[in-house]
Amino acid sequence: MNGFTLTPVETKPLSFALPVIGAAGGFAGLFVGTAHGSGAMGIAIGAVALILLAYLALVVFGLGQEKVTRWGIFALFVITGFLLAALPGIVLGVLSGLFFSWFIFWIGEGRYRANLAPYLTSGQVLWHYTFRVICGAIFVFLITPILVVMPLSFNAQNFFTFTPEMLRFDPAGYSLKHYQDFFTSSGWQQALRNSLAIAPVATLLSVSFGTLAAIGLSSEHVPFRRAIMAILISPMIVPLIISAAGMYFFYSRIGLQGTYFGVVLAHAALGIPFVIITVTATLVGFDRSLTRAAANMGADPVTTFFRVQMPLILPGVISGGLFAFITSFDEVVVVLFVGSANQQTLPWRMFTGLREQISPTILAVATILVVISIALLTTLEYLRRRSERLRGMSPG
Amino acid sequence: MKLTKTLLATTALTVAAGTAVTAQDMANSMTIVSWGGAYQDSQDKAYVQPYLAANSGVTATWDESSAEAVAKLRAMNEAGNVTWDLVDVVASDAMRLCDEGLALELDHDEVLAAAPDGTSASDDFGDLIVSDCFVPQIVYSTTFGYRTDMVPEGVEPPSTVCDVFDLAKYPGKRSLQKRPIDNMEWALYCDGVAKDEIYDVLGTDEGVDRALAKLGTIKDQVVWWSAGAETPQLLADGEVFIGSTYNGRLFSAIAEQNQPIAMMWDMQSFDLDGWIVPAGLPADRLARVMDFLKFATDTQRLADQAAYISYGPARASSAPLVGKHADLGIDMAPHMPTDPANAGNVHIYDYEWWADNRDDLDAKFQSWLAQ
Repeated sequence: MNGFTLTPVETKPLSFALPVIGAAGGFAGLFVGTAHGSGAMGIAIGAVALILLAYLALVVFGLGQEKVTRWGIFALFVITGFLLAALPGIVLGVLSGLFFSWFIFWIGEGRYRANLAPYLTSGQVLWHYTFRVICGAIFVFLITPILVVMPLSFNAQNFFTFTPEMLRFDPAGYSLKHYQDFFTSSGWQQALRNSLAIAPVATLLSVSFGTLAAIGLSSEHVPFRRAIMAILISPMIVPLIISAAGMYFFYSRIGLQGTYFGVVLAHAALGIPFVIITVTATLVGFDRSLTRAAANMGADPVTTFFRVQMPLILPGVISGGLFAFITSFDEVVVVLFVGSANQQTLPWRMFTGLREQISPTILAVATILVVISIALLTTLEYLRRRSERLRGMSPG
Repeated sequence: MKLTKTLLATTALTVAAGTAVTAQDMANSMTIVSWGGAYQDSQDKAYVQPYLAANSGVTATWDESSAEAVAKLRAMNEAGNVTWDLVDVVASDAMRLCDEGLALELDHDEVLAAAPDGTSASDDFGDLIVSDCFVPQIVYSTTFGYRTDMVPEGVEPPSTVCDVFDLAKYPGKRSLQKRPIDNMEWALYCDGVAKDEIYDVLGTDEGVDRALAKLGTIKDQVVWWSAGAETPQLLADGEVFIGSTYNGRLFSAIAEQNQPIAMMWDMQSFDLDGWIVPAGLPADRLARVMDFLKFATDTQRLADQAAYISYGPARASSAPLVGKHADLGIDMAPHMPTDPANAGNVHIYDYEWWADNRDDLDAKFQSWLAQ
């Protein structure tokens, strides 16, 4: 990895290398085989082909010609991919070719031990790599559903289907019409406007109340601090559907159900816990003697707050605000209850759209929202690092 | 009971109609509830936009909540805060809402326009007025569509509902709605029960077992759907060979999206969709919605809707006025479930029988599904 080896590598016996490579080949073959109708055939062909390749690479050609052999294996995979599934096959061929041309030598020459301590047992080495594979698999499992949505949103058809044209990378299979639909349909635009009108105001309320509550609850003389904290955080813990049903009946009685202000209030209540938690965490690092020093110099509490305390806890306030914003922007359950048709937000429309008509416009909106969320979270992470740097918690 | 209901309804109507309804007394906004998608678009284009054009200053908001209309209306009633003015529901939901007193009972001749030739509204809608609260709008059907390119070679395309049960002749997955209605009747019909005896057989425990046994022959090849959009999606994906859904969805996939799908109308199951007015609206909103309802269900408006979606208008007098598709320019009449060529063999779904037996059969069907 970084140039030097911890353990000298040694060529592994074929009785070890060939079965391991064969197993990997069989695993890859399972997917190819399933796509072509028979998983069992795929496993068999994959395993045999890889054992053959490994034998050729490791024994017949040997280490001396590693570079040439690697290119050969790579080319073989790309061509096979092309023969099996044209253009998309080439993409898969390139990826699997790169992997297996490296994997055969990695296993066969025992290179997998190079960066590990020499005293590790085989079991520990196996676990070391199994652990990595599991982590990678979890990552893939989490991220694939989000990634799959993105190309589908450029579908030229009105279905959630990878059409043959799309798989051939034919430009005719792709279109921006679902994005166009989103930007021109009055229903979607109204939903976007509603979301943009509700989320910032709800965020503002959450941030104001949440910050005040956090400051109050962090001073020691407040009675029942824990109980009050638990109540304020409860919207985050109680199942959303319970809060939503409760709010529905309560807001109906006092005339807030179905109003813009009602939805804003409901979302503010959901956002407050996030602000309280982040601001409380920031306040832990805040030196109280600074407020006393400010008071000593004649500043009243309000001035002290805005000139001394606020600037120091600002990163916590902003990240709490971002969480509150995302909560309101993504929220569907509460708005379904508390809102009326005039307050349809983006998630509401996506929810009903998914149920009544499976239109890729939803995917286009989802893609846009994912991009917005990534931008917001990047900002959040940047602010967090900045705050750590300012407080001298990390060198950076 | 019946008499009291009618009396109450008449009083309510006299209040609504008698207080000299003028534009000043009408609310200026309406919330109309429907199903979303192409169907709601067709209502918007055929009914709402023309109405708004003729009544400046009035606004209409769509709420796509028909799927949970019964539950939501109950909650609204309990909370004493009915925010909907007009709700599009299927006939069976209308009957339930009417029985629970959540929907307003109407005198159809009083509140709806007569046909152009003077036929009264109740005669024009005829049998389709299945509940005193219900103003029928369209006749739709649940029927089958199949992938034309997945028909096995050398075999003619499926032509009867029993082909759905024939795995040997037509292998591949099927999609059926996740409820007993229609599926049980089709199963018995294909198990050799005569059409007019289906409900008699289904009324016995042996009949239910027989229907489930017939469905059991294809159970492991069935994808169960709950939203109307699922079957077109599954057909477009090639995930299923044949599947049931609402005929308008199939029309849209075939004619508007050019998918390799064909209709199979045999034993299509007719159902009705229409409006109900929630009970307990304030006078000004009630006046507005009644004015809209009269406009939106007249002969021409119902025929206009058929230019956007292939559902048959509920008025007899609208049928001759059905024209061409608004965008595609194709004749809509042959795509209507009620067209004689499509309605050769129709399954008449028995509302009353299902109203009495639905809970029981739902439970049996769900436990059978879980086996």
